[in-house]
Amino acid sequence: MATLHQRSLARLMVAPSVVLLFLWMIVPLGMTLWFSFQRYNLLMPGMEEFTGLGNYRYFLSDPGFWISLQNTLIMVGGILAITVIGGIAIAILIDQPIFGQGYVRILVIAPFFVMPTVSALVWKNMFMNPVNGLLGQVSRAFGAQPVDWLSQYPLFSIIVIVSWQWLPFATLIFLTSLQSLDSEQVEAAEMDGAGIWARFTNLTLPHMGRAITVVILIETIFLLSVFAEILVTTNGGPGYQTTTLTYLVYTQALLQFDVGGASAGGIIAVILANIVAFFLMRMIGKTLD
Amino acid sequence: MGAITLKNVRKTFGETEVIPGVDLTIEDGEFVVFVGPSGCGKSTLLRLIAGLEDVTSGQILIDGRDVTGEAPARRGLAMVFQSYALYPHMSVRRNIAFPLKMAGMPQAEQEKRVARAAEILNLGPYLDRRPGQLSGGQRQRVAIGRAIVREPSAFLFDEPLSNLDAALRVNMRVEISELHNNLKTTMVYVTHDQVEAMTMADKIVVLRAGRIEQVGSPLDLYHKPVNQFVAGFIGSPNMNFLGGATAARRGAHVIGIRPEDWVISRTEGRVKGKVTVAEHLGSDTYLHITLEDGNHIVARSPGEFPVTVGEELFLTGAEGRIYKFDEQGLAV
Ligand SMILES: Nc1ncnc2c1ncn2[C@@H]1O[C@H](COP(=O)(O)OP(=O)(O)OP(=O)(O)O)[C@@H](O)[C@H]1O
Ligand SMILES: [Mg+2]
Repeated sequence: MATLHQRSLARLMVAPSVVLLFLWMIVPLGMTLWFSFQRYNLLMPGMEEFTGLGNYRYFLSDPGFWISLQNTLIMVGGILAITVIGGIAIAILIDQPIFGQGYVRILVIAPFFVMPTVSALVWKNMFMNPVNGLLGQVSRAFGAQPVDWLSQYPLFSIIVIVSWQWLPFATLIFLTSLQSLDSEQVEAAEMDGAGIWARFTNLTLPHMGRAITVVILIETIFLLSVFAEILVTTNGGPGYQTTTLTYLVYTQALLQFDVGGASAGGIIAVILANIVAFFLMRMIGKTLD
Repeated sequence: MGAITLKNVRKTFGETEVIPGVDLTIEDGEFVVFVGPSGCGKSTLLRLIAGLEDVTSGQILIDGRDVTGEAPARRGLAMVFQSYALYPHMSVRRNIAFPLKMAGMPQAEQEKRVARAAEILNLGPYLDRRPGQLSGGQRQRVAIGRAIVREPSAFLFDEPLSNLDAALRVNMRVEISELHNNLKTTMVYVTHDQVEAMTMADKIVVLRAGRIEQVGSPLDLYHKPVNQFVAGFIGSPNMNFLGGATAARRGAHVIGIRPEDWVISRTEGRVKGKVTVAEHLGSDTYLHITLEDGNHIVARSPGEFPVTVGEELFLTGAEGRIYKFDEQGLAV
C-alpha cells in the first residue's frame, strides 16, 4: 500500500464489508438502546411509551442487580484464577516428555469440544448429584454425608463447571508459549545456579506474561456472558445466589416479559463490559510492547 | 584454578555416536579452542564439560575433582552462548547480577561486582536497558559480563562471535583475548572460524566427527599438521593439494602447498597455469589458477601483483615448504 492511489483503492475495496459489519453491530445496539427508553412489556402490547431513564432506575434498584453484579465478578474472577493457575500447571506437566504424550494432550484438550449445556448437565447429574453423582457416592463410600453441591455451594459449583470447560483453552495457549521459551536461556539459568522454582519465577513466568494476558482477555469476554451452564443447572438460584448480570437480563426479558427493562440491563452490561475491557486493554498494552 | 581433564569421554544420542571417545587435558589458565567442520561435535563436547549434557561414559575432572555427575551450577564454570541467551525481561544490570543473586550474595557485593564488570566491558551507559534495546556487540558483552561476575574457574564459549558482522568480530576477538590476558582464567572456546582459532588460542584442538585429530599450538598445527585434514583446515586460504604424477615425483600420494608458499614468475617455474580469478586485496593478491594438468590452486602474492585474467604464469613450490601425505592422509 505504498502510493496514495493504492490506498484509496484499498479503502474502496474494504468499504462494503466495513459498512456491513458496522450495520451488523449498530442496528441491534441501536434497537436495544431504543427499547431501553421505552415502557415495553410483552404482556401489555400496544402500551409502549417513552419513559426516559425509568427502565434504568428500575433495573438498578432491582434487589437482584447488585447481587448479580457481585456474582458476575466473583464468577469471572474465580474462573480466571482457576484456569490461569491450573492451565500453567497442566501446560508444564504435559510439556514433559512422557509416554503417550500425544494422547494425553488430546485428552486434556477434549473438554473444550463439549457443548456448554451438555457439560453442565453431565456435571449436574453425573458428578454433583447427591444421590447418583460420583462425588456423592465417593463421600458415601467414606461414610460421609454427601454434599448437594448445586444447592449448598451453587456459585462455586458453577465456577468449577465453567473452569473445567475453559481449562483446555488456557492450557493450549500456555503450552505453545512454554514451547517457545528459548532453551539456551533455560540452560544459561541452569548454569547460573537457578533451581527449578527460580527458573520458573524468573524466566518462565515473565516469558508467559503475554500469553497470560491474552488468555485473561479472551476468557473475560466470553465469561461475562456465561448463560447456558446457569440455565441448565441452577436457574440462577437458589434465590439470587447464581444469578449473574446476563442471567438477570434473561429473567427480565423472558420470564417477566419486560423488554424495556431487559434492554436497559443489556445496556448496563455493555457499559460494564467496556469498563472491564478498558482496564484489560491497558494491562495488555503494558505487557505487549 | 581451572584445569579440566576429559578421560575417555563418550557421548551417544540414542543410536548415533557423536563423541566416540575423547581424552584431553586443559591446563589452568590456558586458552583452548575447539575447531572443526560443522556437526563434528564441538558444541556437544563443550556442553558435556558444562554439564548441560550427561556423558554416556568416561570421566570429567575439574582441578582433579570428578564432576561427571554434578549439576552444571556446581561445576564453577560459566558459559557464553551463541544466541547470548540473555534474559529478555530483565535489565542489563539484573542480567549480570542474576548468577550472584542465585548464589545468595549480599546486595552490596553484587553491586560492586556488576559495576566492575560493567567497567571492564564498557557497559556503564547501558546498565538500565533491556537486552532488546542493545546492539549485537553490546549483547555479547552483557553475556560475557554475566559470565565474569561469578569469577568462574573456567569460561566456556560456544561460537560467541558468529552472529556479529566482520568488523565487530575482529574487535570482540581482541577484547576476549585481552580479557583472557587480564583474568588469566581458563577459557574453552568453540569456533569453526580458523582465523579466530589461530589468533586467540594457546592450544587448538582440531576435531573431526567427534574425534580429536590433533592438539597443539597454532603454529605447531600450521607447520606440522599430522594429516591432510588438519593441513587443509588450518590456514587461510586453504592449502592446495596436488595428487597424481606431481606427488608421485616426490614419493607421496598427495602433496600440499600453502597459497603463500608458491613462487610466482612470468618466465620460468615448475608448473604452468592460467589465471582464472584474481582477488586484489591491496595487502595481498590471491590468484586462482588452473594448472596444465587440470588441478585448481590458489596462490598468494604479497602486495599488488598486476595480472590479467587468462594470463599464463609459472609456479614453483618453495623448497622445504611442501607437505607430503600418504594414502591414509597421514603426513610423511
Ligand atoms: N540432542 C541431540 N540429539 C541427537 N543428535 C544430536 C543432538 N545434538 C547434537 N546432535 C548431533 O551431534 C552431532 C554434533 O553436533 P554439535 O552440535 O556438537 O556440532 P558442532 O560441531 O557444534 O557443529 P556446528 O559447528 O554446526 O555448531 C551432529 O551430527 C548433531 O546432529
Ligand atoms: Mg555448535
